[in-house]
Amino acid sequence: MTAPVQLEGKHEVKASKLLATLALAGAGAGFLIVFVWSWTQPIIQAYKAEQLRLAVQEVLGEPDHFDTLYVYEGALVKDLPTGVDGTALEQVFLGYAAGGERIGFAVAYGEPGFQDIVRVIFGYDRAGQQVLGMKVLESKETPGLGDKIEKDTSFVNQFSGASAPLLGVKAREATGDPHEIDMITGATISSRVVIRIINSTVERLGPLMDAYTGQVARGDTGGTR
Amino acid sequence: MSPRETTAQVDFFRGVWKENPVIIQMLGLCPALAVTNTVANSLAMGFATFFVLTGSSLLVSLTKKWVPSEVRIPTFILIIATFVTVADMSLEALVPVIHKQLGAFVALIVVNCMILSRQEAFASKRPVGRSLLDAFGTGVGFIIAMVMMGSVREVLGNGTLLGYSLFGPNFEPWVIFILPPGGFLTLGFWLLFFNWWQKLREERAKVREWPDGVAAPVEGRAA
Repeated sequence: MTAPVQLEGKHEVKASKLLATLALAGAGAGFLIVFVWSWTQPIIQAYKAEQLRLAVQEVLGEPDHFDTLYVYEGALVKDLPTGVDGTALEQVFLGYAAGGERIGFAVAYGEPGFQDIVRVIFGYDRAGQQVLGMKVLESKETPGLGDKIEKDTSFVNQFSGASAPLLGVKAREATGDPHEIDMITGATISSRVVIRIINSTVERLGPLMDAYTGQVARGDTGGTR
Repeated sequence: MSPRETTAQVDFFRGVWKENPVIIQMLGLCPALAVTNTVANSLAMGFATFFVLTGSSLLVSLTKKWVPSEVRIPTFILIIATFVTVADMSLEALVPVIHKQLGAFVALIVVNCMILSRQEAFASKRPVGRSLLDAFGTGVGFIIAMVMMGSVREVLGNGTLLGYSLFGPNFEPWVIFILPPGGFLTLGFWLLFFNWWQKLREERAKVREWPDGVAAPVEGRAA
């Protein structure tokens, strides 16, 4: 059976034994965590990459292929100089149709929402100043209210074809202007965040997109597979 | 003093119902209030806690002879934290959608006093088999309580059960039930119900103690 509980002061336990116990427990815990980390990490990274790829496909309307561009030293570049880690840089995806025509740019960006950071990816046709589609990548908005920004299809679908900059309006005040997005009743803050993310990103990266397309037109780089 | 002898059945069912960690012992209320807005979230949190509890109880019971009592609490916490980290990573790899919804609450299993209390009160003093039975029972009891909370909140607050719509598009959900106050309200209603039920059972048992034809004394009145 089990040993009785030791009462304080009944016997002395060497400090070295206490240290050794904790050190062994810590080492065992460390080994187990490292083992599980090395098993799960590739799966987690692969899932994230796949989710991003699917999101780019979705917001650009199933392009034939897309290029990954990096925001590097105030410009969009396709090929980074050697030694620069692309994973640490902001990425922009440029989608192409089967014939090689540019469809638009897809950008993922996050801003604080009602509960936590809301991260959104959207497709944007710079030439037509038009949003092509929007998808929420990450959000911890209130279930049943704020999370409608990703679950309410009538809200999500409005972004396809809307003209930038977007303007959030209450449903009853809508006039049919292509800049208008009807906000969700009861989730105004979350709706505004999505609109703000798209507007601020377009404003910030729009000139970079123009510069890049100009560069392509001059024949510097192109939409290669 | 050696621990009181109990049967395996008692060890298991005690945690499931008679000493249910949430409904009776009022332990683990943080996840029970925070992540029970849908049944799927409740189940995921319930199973993650079940895994951490059984893993920790197994290890604590296995190593009890070698862990000096002076460092037992830090050792228990270390063991629990390790299993929580394993559960967190595994959930993220295997069910990323649910992991995303549970957010920070998976990591907070480590401070769920229900788990530490089972280690201190049971697993560190009993053989492995008994400790595992106790952990299974308590874990199942926790899952039951979580699903009880989650089902009420999801049905009333969203009109769905496990994502399936129950009342059609005309149902106006009681959104408060999926918001934080809904957690407190639901828990309050369940506790009210169980206390009322317990009282009813006690009164019925009292009536049964009296022979046929003799009315049981009513409180505050002479028999």
